[in-house]
Amino acid sequence: MTPAVLAEREWLRFTPAERLARFTVYFTIIAAIVVSVRTVEVIPEFIADAPEQIADLLRRMWPPDLAYYPQEIHDALIDSIHIATLGTVLGIAMALPFGFLAARNVTPFPWLNWAARLVLISTRSINTLVFALFFVAVFGPGPLAGTLAIAFHSIGFLGRLFSEALEVAATGPVEALRAAGAPWPSLIVYGYWPQVEPAFWALVLFRWDINVRESIVLGLVGAGGIGMVLDTAMNLFQWERVAMVLLAILAVVIVAEVVVTYIRKKII
Amino acid sequence: MAGVSLAVRPANWPLRLAWAGFALYLAYAFSHLDFTPARFITGLEFGQKFVAKLFPPDFHRWELLVKGLKESLEMAILASALGLLASLPLSLLGARNLMPAWITWPARLVMVVCRSFHPVIVAIVFVKAVGFGALAGILALTVASVGFLGKLFTEAIEEISLKQVEAVRATGAPFMSVVVFGVLPQVFARFIGFASYELDANLRNSTMVGIVGAGGIGGTLFAAFQRFDYDFVCAIILSIIAMIVVGEVLTNTVKRVFRV
Amino acid sequence: MENASGTAPQRGAVSFSGGSPLVIRGLAKEYVRGKAVLRGISLEIAPNGITAIIGPSGTGKSTLIRCINRLVEPTAGEILFEGRDLVRLPRKELREVRRLIGMVFQEYNLVERLTVIENVLSGRLGYVSPFKAWLRRFPPEDVREAFDLLDTVGLSGLALQRADALSGGQRQRVGIARALMQRPKLLLADEPTSSLDPKTSVEIMTLMRDLALARGIPAVVNIHNVDLARRFANRMVGLSGGSVVFDGPPEALTDLHLLSIYGGENWLE
Repeated sequence: MTPAVLAEREWLRFTPAERLARFTVYFTIIAAIVVSVRTVEVIPEFIADAPEQIADLLRRMWPPDLAYYPQEIHDALIDSIHIATLGTVLGIAMALPFGFLAARNVTPFPWLNWAARLVLISTRSINTLVFALFFVAVFGPGPLAGTLAIAFHSIGFLGRLFSEALEVAATGPVEALRAAGAPWPSLIVYGYWPQVEPAFWALVLFRWDINVRESIVLGLVGAGGIGMVLDTAMNLFQWERVAMVLLAILAVVIVAEVVVTYIRKKII
Repeated sequence: MAGVSLAVRPANWPLRLAWAGFALYLAYAFSHLDFTPARFITGLEFGQKFVAKLFPPDFHRWELLVKGLKESLEMAILASALGLLASLPLSLLGARNLMPAWITWPARLVMVVCRSFHPVIVAIVFVKAVGFGALAGILALTVASVGFLGKLFTEAIEEISLKQVEAVRATGAPFMSVVVFGVLPQVFARFIGFASYELDANLRNSTMVGIVGAGGIGGTLFAAFQRFDYDFVCAIILSIIAMIVVGEVLTNTVKRVFRV
Repeated sequence: MENASGTAPQRGAVSFSGGSPLVIRGLAKEYVRGKAVLRGISLEIAPNGITAIIGPSGTGKSTLIRCINRLVEPTAGEILFEGRDLVRLPRKELREVRRLIGMVFQEYNLVERLTVIENVLSGRLGYVSPFKAWLRRFPPEDVREAFDLLDTVGLSGLALQRADALSGGQRQRVGIARALMQRPKLLLADEPTSSLDPKTSVEIMTLMRDLALARGIPAVVNIHNVDLARRFANRMVGLSGGSVVFDGPPEALTDLHLLSIYGGENWLE
């Protein structure tokens, strides 16, 4: 083989441009990590001390105060579940219109798409806790604030994924309906909805699961549920009670996941 | 066409009962909310005044704002990096198609426990353990990351085609080479997707854990709230939204570079 | 090779001058206790040529092939290859020996997301460290050989395509190239044409036979399609019920033999 042919038989996995792009990404990631490590305000002694402190805390939590459960925990836990469920349902109701508006194939008006997307991004970026702070300030402490917080934050999540599911729906069935002269609402109900339905339910279940976790925390800012019980116990340094609350939370979360997995198997 | 019934599907009674039950439940839960029309209307009025106080957003304390945002960003980056490092081997150990049951079971248990607690709760515990500040926040976010990334990665590994792996094994390749050539190409694209999702989630969570003292902009936000400094609150929230949007744009670029 | 009554089962107790590269003795496999899939198979493979294994589905053809390179663990027996008993080899040495056995699969088993050239080069994974494999640093002579092999199998110019962009026939050619990239001393093929249309099947079998003969690599091939087997193999081994019921050249394979292998009358019409 002549040298010229030999030279051809080389294999470059990435073109020089791709190489540069990949290198830049790697470099940026590593640089970001290094800069963060150097500038974040963490006292090294605290890091060294951390394992012992954590062990100490765990010791104080043992044994968990089982009697505490019927006293306070049970009702508060049920409250949290109510908040999560109601909030999710309300969130769906509010998210659906925005989801339809944001889907470019359903709503062919770019400025409407854009406006809807803006709403979705904003509600997704503002945490449930922050919404809870708002609603506690407006409606006073209690489960109402929590429910609204969950609902509003869910709009962004549900709405965006819903609009993405709509955008990848096949156009065939919809075109056929349009050709048959169906009005717009019928297009939605008979054309798009059957296609996105499984994805929709999977989404809703996923969001409900997350909302159960979120609603637990809302009590910390006064928005009802078990968070308030946890907050009280922590402020009073009653670590066995804290442990019990945490165990109860773990149980609820696991049950919620089991329920979600069961329902998902049934509908998909 | 009079008289033609459009009932195409037979009535699914168990399902209808389930829905009816659910509607009843909703009504019951709603009654727990102390929701009266009067309260709602007062709330709306108050809400209007409240929203008015938000605008215009007040940026004059921007140094404090930037400091908080920077800390949140650093926390998110470090937690994502640590979480990624820890969850990669953990997810490999949890993959039932690659490992025996006595290894996958504990690995999956660890991931479930990490995932079950909201990052804020984990943050509170870490604050009590290691004190206020970014360390507690980073640890809390890392735990949450390990839980979520671990589960997503394990699912991706369990969904790979073992035929491709079998062929690589048949060439006499050592175990790590089988992973590199047989497993990784099948999951790499999804990994990048999950990692960028987790970075986004950490960015959002890092703005929250400050509320319980674990560092980041959450603390600044909470303090402003308690001081009724609502136009500053608005400025903070707008900055958070901006930071998250920028984060999303960057991660999309990364995904494109790696041809996901 | 028929006995006096004209019925089939015969076994060739053949031995080859210069030694047989692959000797199987008493190979047995039970997936479930008490239900043997392979019952004491003994075979000696010639140093050259194609040996076709035929038989109905579920009779253990695939198990037999996979036992040879221990993708399936035999329950009992010996497999002598390169002076060692493969059945008793510890993991590390098994890996070393596997490098010398190339395998072509029914569903190609390419790494779909990798390019053609990467798939071919994966044949050399037994010879480079995992770190180099990760960085894709294969020795330049290997890279050149990979390109040459692609030419030989008729896929020049497709080196940088992703494997999932190829047709079935093209993928199987990559599979063959990958197996040959190992510079193997034995080639195994597990139903290499079952997922291909008739014309492509003939192309692939022709390619495999020509390359194996040209490079002096003995091949053991599992085939579903008896006509294909007859056309390309120079030795046929018929399995039925987990035992060898026929062993001889294609010309000696009569309909009667096929009956005893496959059972049932009508499919021969």
